[in-house]
Amino acid sequence: MAKYVIIGNSTAAVNCVESIRSIDREGDILLVSDEKHFTYGRPLISYLLYGKTDPERMKYRPDDWYEVNKVQFKAGVRATKIDAKKKNIELSTGEKVPYEKLLVATGSRPFVPPMPGLEQVKEQYSFMTMDDALKIGKTFQKEDNVLIIGAGLIGLKCLEGIRGRVRKVTVVDMANRILPSILDEEGSAIVQKYLEEKQGVEFLLGDSAAEFTGKNAVTLKSGKQLTFDRLVLAVGVRPNVELVQDAGGECNRGICTDGTGKTSLPDVYAAGDCALSHDIAAGVDRVLALLPNAALQGRTAGINMAGGTAVFDKAVPMNAMGLFDLHMITAGVYEGECYEEKADGKYKKLFYQDDRLKGFILIGDVARAGIYTSLLRNATPLSSVDFEMLEKAPALAAFSADYRKEKLTQRV
Amino acid sequence: MKRIYVNEKWCLGCHLCEYECAFANSGMTDMAKALKGKEIHPKIRVEDGADGIHFAVNCRHCSDPICVRSCIAGALSRNADGMVEIDKNKCVGCFTCVLVCPYGAIMPDADGHAAQKCELCTRNLCGEPNCVAHCPNRAIVYEDRG
Ligand SMILES: Cc1cc2nc3c(=O)[nH]c(=O)nc-3n(C[C@H](O)[C@H](O)[C@H](O)COP(=O)(O)OP(=O)(O)OC[C@H]3O[C@@H](n4cnc5c(N)ncnc54)[C@H](O)[C@@H]3O)c2cc1C
Ligand code: SF4
Ligand code: SF4
Repeated sequence: MAKYVIIGNSTAAVNCVESIRSIDREGDILLVSDEKHFTYGRPLISYLLYGKTDPERMKYRPDDWYEVNKVQFKAGVRATKIDAKKKNIELSTGEKVPYEKLLVATGSRPFVPPMPGLEQVKEQYSFMTMDDALKIGKTFQKEDNVLIIGAGLIGLKCLEGIRGRVRKVTVVDMANRILPSILDEEGSAIVQKYLEEKQGVEFLLGDSAAEFTGKNAVTLKSGKQLTFDRLVLAVGVRPNVELVQDAGGECNRGICTDGTGKTSLPDVYAAGDCALSHDIAAGVDRVLALLPNAALQGRTAGINMAGGTAVFDKAVPMNAMGLFDLHMITAGVYEGECYEEKADGKYKKLFYQDDRLKGFILIGDVARAGIYTSLLRNATPLSSVDFEMLEKAPALAAFSADYRKEKLTQRV
Repeated sequence: MKRIYVNEKWCLGCHLCEYECAFANSGMTDMAKALKGKEIHPKIRVEDGADGIHFAVNCRHCSDPICVRSCIAGALSRNADGMVEIDKNKCVGCFTCVLVCPYGAIMPDADGHAAQKCELCTRNLCGEPNCVAHCPNRAIVYEDRG
């Protein structure tokens, strides 16, 4: 019987395994995943289409990772049920697998809202998995007109991936601006303009699909009619909570956990995009669908599953994103007073309130952004640093000599 | 493991370490040829603060490196000795590592398509930190402090 059973084979799962192994070298680990691939960096699927990587280099860990970590990997198998009383899970193969400790790291799946006539569209794609990307890579043609619904992170990363492969890309979103989850209005406008001018992308914002009128045609709410060869749906994602929910575990959009990764079911943990985080910037519990967050949650769960103690209850929304060589780094919430700098090709805003940095947006120049992020993560009182210096550029010189002594003269 | 540590009081702010770093990683053996007239992209940076404060910053080779945890590609890893390495072949230049490093010690490389960081000159001709070897005032040292 496997001591540890893990559902999922991505960031949260991998970091959980490594943390278990930092404490328990021997306890059997069984990993179940419905995706067949060797663990890969999910965000790399856009870079695959963009030509910056390939399936071999997309491997999230070295080739001998499963052996070295003594992980039994059941690939292409789905977990269908958790029996929290009997402490086993049921697999799509019909098999029942008992566990001592279970991690649910099931991530999320694309969410497709009901759209009249959508079933007529044959060339319909989503953009979440390696297989999605491989399929797009194989089928999209040079002369294609592509319609992407969704101007969020996933829609625009897909845009970057396919732009050079097809004739035209049009992006439609109900929101009146792009990347609303990471940029403010002005920032959205800058990036939109860049994509329009440099990449010839057409945006139809504040509009949405009213009805698909054929296999290649759609009428928008505004009455505008469009035709396309391929349709990419990147409207949103939903956390995969059902396994835990159906077993009676507490969920609230995402799976609820305490700071140690434990769900309300005994010996069942959850981590990554399927689970809630405590967002200290916004002061609420919510799903932060971000890879670093999944890694930290996976780590925390792994340590606790193996009998150690770790708590992760201070998550910060943060993002690094590049689109055709335009880089942006953002974090936190955009509230309070604002320091801003705008110059050609650069855009910077720092938001602060109650002696704390609340959030920031950097477009173009992202150097040393992590120093700002650390102010957020540590909730550093701004009165303890030279904030005027930091406004101009992130620097350790703005911190106290003691802070530098602690960080630069001993092991950290 | 030996790491680079900073002695802020002794730093003159001469920025020599930056040049020595760029030279060490140029793959060349003639410093003038390697650096003259070129914009350098060193992995160590000297900060010049208020009141004559100067100090050099490069990767701390953290015990639990947040950059390694955050890398979307698995391009960053901590080797058996504890040194934090980058596999440039895997890096896609998303700069999530730049977003999270609390010391600003990992940065876009010269062409901006991948990240670069200090690897203690283990992967160039020097073998040991060239910045430390050439610091005129021992303001950076290479020592085992646990
Ligand atoms: C196109 C794209 C770009 C992205 N870019 C970025 C980025 O730049 N930066 C960033 O921080 N984040 C990015 N993300 C988000 C990032 O990929 C996720 O936060 C991260 O992958 C979450 O990891 P996870 O382990 O929680 O789950 P996932 O990576 O979603 O993996 C969950 C796995 O579990 C499997 N699974 C689910 N249910 C079952 C079941 N019942 N039985 C068996 N297996 C199951 C799934 O098939 C999947 O393989 C991006 C995501 C996408 C799609
Ligand atoms: S790059 Fe930054 S976070 Fe990573 S090991 Fe070095 S100092 Fe630590
Ligand atoms: S820039 Fe490279 S090393 Fe840094 S997080 Fe992205 S893929 Fe990893």
